[in-house]
Amino acid sequence: MAAVVTSLKQKQIAQLAEKGKRLDGRGLEDYREFKIEQGLIEKAEGSARVLLGKTEVLVGIKIETGEPFPDTPNEGVMTVNAELVPIASASFEPGPPDEKSIELARIVDRGIRESKAIDTEKLVIEPGKKVFIVFVDVYVLNHDGNLIDASALAAVAALQNTKMSNYEVEDGEMKVKSGYTPLPMKKNPITITFAKIGDKLIVDPCLDEEQVMDARLSMAIDDNGNICAIQKGGTGYFKPEEILTVSKLAKDKAKEMRKKLGW
Amino acid sequence: MDNHGEIMPTFFEPKQIVTPGEILAEGEYIAGENAYKENDKVYASRTGVVNYENKRVDVVALKAFYIPRMADTIIGTITEVGFNGWEVDINAPYTAMLRAQDVLARQFKPQKDDLAQVLNKGDLVVAKIASYDRTHDPQLTVGEPGLGKITRGEIIKVTPTKIPRVIGKKGSMISIIKQETGCQIILGLNGVILVTGKTIEDEQLALMAIRKIDEESHTSGLTDRITQMLKEEQSKREENKNESKT
Amino acid sequence: MNQKPEKLIDKKGIRLDGRKADELRPLKLEVGILSNADGSAYIEHGKNKILAAVFGPKEVHPKHMALQDRMVLKCRYHMAPFSVQERKSPAPSRREIELSKVIRESLEPAIFMEYYPRTMADIFIEVLQADGGTRCASITAAALAMADSGIPMRDLVVACAAGKADDTIVLDLMDEEDKLGSADVPIAMMPNLNAVTLLQMDGILNHEEFETAVNLAIEGCKKIYTIQKEALKAKYVNAKGEEAEE
Repeated sequence: MAAVVTSLKQKQIAQLAEKGKRLDGRGLEDYREFKIEQGLIEKAEGSARVLLGKTEVLVGIKIETGEPFPDTPNEGVMTVNAELVPIASASFEPGPPDEKSIELARIVDRGIRESKAIDTEKLVIEPGKKVFIVFVDVYVLNHDGNLIDASALAAVAALQNTKMSNYEVEDGEMKVKSGYTPLPMKKNPITITFAKIGDKLIVDPCLDEEQVMDARLSMAIDDNGNICAIQKGGTGYFKPEEILTVSKLAKDKAKEMRKKLGW
Repeated sequence: MDNHGEIMPTFFEPKQIVTPGEILAEGEYIAGENAYKENDKVYASRTGVVNYENKRVDVVALKAFYIPRMADTIIGTITEVGFNGWEVDINAPYTAMLRAQDVLARQFKPQKDDLAQVLNKGDLVVAKIASYDRTHDPQLTVGEPGLGKITRGEIIKVTPTKIPRVIGKKGSMISIIKQETGCQIILGLNGVILVTGKTIEDEQLALMAIRKIDEESHTSGLTDRITQMLKEEQSKREENKNESKT
Repeated sequence: MNQKPEKLIDKKGIRLDGRKADELRPLKLEVGILSNADGSAYIEHGKNKILAAVFGPKEVHPKHMALQDRMVLKCRYHMAPFSVQERKSPAPSRREIELSKVIRESLEPAIFMEYYPRTMADIFIEVLQADGGTRCASITAAALAMADSGIPMRDLVVACAAGKADDTIVLDLMDEEDKLGSADVPIAMMPNLNAVTLLQMDGILNHEEFETAVNLAIEGCKKIYTIQKEALKAKYVNAKGEEAEE
């Protein structure tokens, strides 16, 4: 599998973009076909798999207990990790997380955290001492571009799917009871990523388009259309007008997605 | 309608200091040294002094590193003795190679010839760039008179863009230094200068002058100040000599 | 441990450190302060104290990492253990790794990478004291260090953040505003090319607030740019205050 996009293809993509077209026939503002499945990993407290074109991301949620952060004693904790596993691409090497997987995890984290998607105040067991810790593990299984949107989508879908065992506190000890409660969620943020090719802005870049793009701009939008996280990536640049255009487009696109997903 | 006769704006006075990204001119200008053109505007790409010559805009960079050019005379340091040649540090982002064949001026016999005996790590050479392009490291040659191993003298490194200043207009600056110090001076275009004098004091004096040029190259009246400094130092030395005689 | 302030902005629109909504913190920039680095700069912005250094262009090690048609750029953003209230472990944190990446991506568009194939340049940023907005101050210093090294650039890169404190969009967040405010929008740009090379945001802003923040941050960038250029030129305006010579 070629890791480099041939210069011929690069030219093709750029020329098509000029005319408002893309290699796979999509419009500049069209997402690829996507599918979401939830609950496929029974041993995880929550899970979801997203297929976005050929990009595939699986997110598993594990819930544990631990100490809260000292400056937020009455809130539960969330932490996001991402793995770009070698099976996903010839360019992913085994080893500890590199800057790409760390950036991906932190972008997904910011979308969820800043939108206050999880009601962390409801995750307190004993204020200041014991809270629930929500581990969000993003597992990229196949890389065909736009890992950010696919991972963000899978993370929120997995959180929606998460069920926590009921418990009661007896003599300072946690005792599991029967039954489950869904993880308390307040919002369902959606992340929209645009790539810049020449002076065209295209949504949901596939891998070939990513190799050719000048830069990307991702925005996480909450249920009220507010922006809660932004990340520019790549070695190109955006004009200020393009940034404002992207924020309008991202808001509209998120609304459209939200309707499609029923979120 | 073409626009001959319309004034094409320049944005700086000649010899002003400009920084990367400053717009130097707009219109039918050509971007020269350390400048680039985009969307009809010429911008500076390095910090330096701007110069307008007809339609050409140049920036004389105050600091730039050396990039090899064919036929440049350079001074380098041997960093590695290899199997069929030497690696040479020429004060550039690329390591240069000097082939055994070139130095020995005859067929090279790997079993018989011990290259370290000819040139060893740490030795200095004056050489010329024999070949260089974007895909290969520079190759050196010492096959011309005046080139080869350096056995005496002191080395000083200056910013390569200052070499013209050390030479001066029509060689005025370098002549004065040679005259006042009695030293031989070889200028490597890679910013490395070799000073060989009759005494260490003479060499030190020449080095002092060169250092001063490096620091003040962008100022005016430098040739006069250097001349003055050299003459003052010489008279100080004469005084010391006379004193120690008594 | 400090008490959390009730309000970040008082009724008269004055912030905790006495500034108005659109005022920058005091800023000091110095260029060429490290003798071993090829380029260097130091910034004090508010209580931030950050050193940036550039080494290169130089040979790539390991060799197989070299690119045949352009330079390789590496960047390390690192905080000293004593730079923050609670000692920070010297090991690189995930935040430092992400910042190293976004800072590199904010500077690369300004550099003529294609000029120096098969070479690399290292950017090192050391945060000696942190006070909100370290990534922006780091970028401003690193761009100066890069220009100081003589590596050609399209423009300087300058960075500044805007954010939301209480209900007001404010410029250049200080530490408390960063921690307690409801949004933070850092921006880096090449001002003469009107090109934004870093844009991040965390918090909650509606579209109009976001637009206000972006415009305010860009204004802040342009003000800092003036100071950046002066810092670069200051190195070359000598004691006599004279400008360049032929």
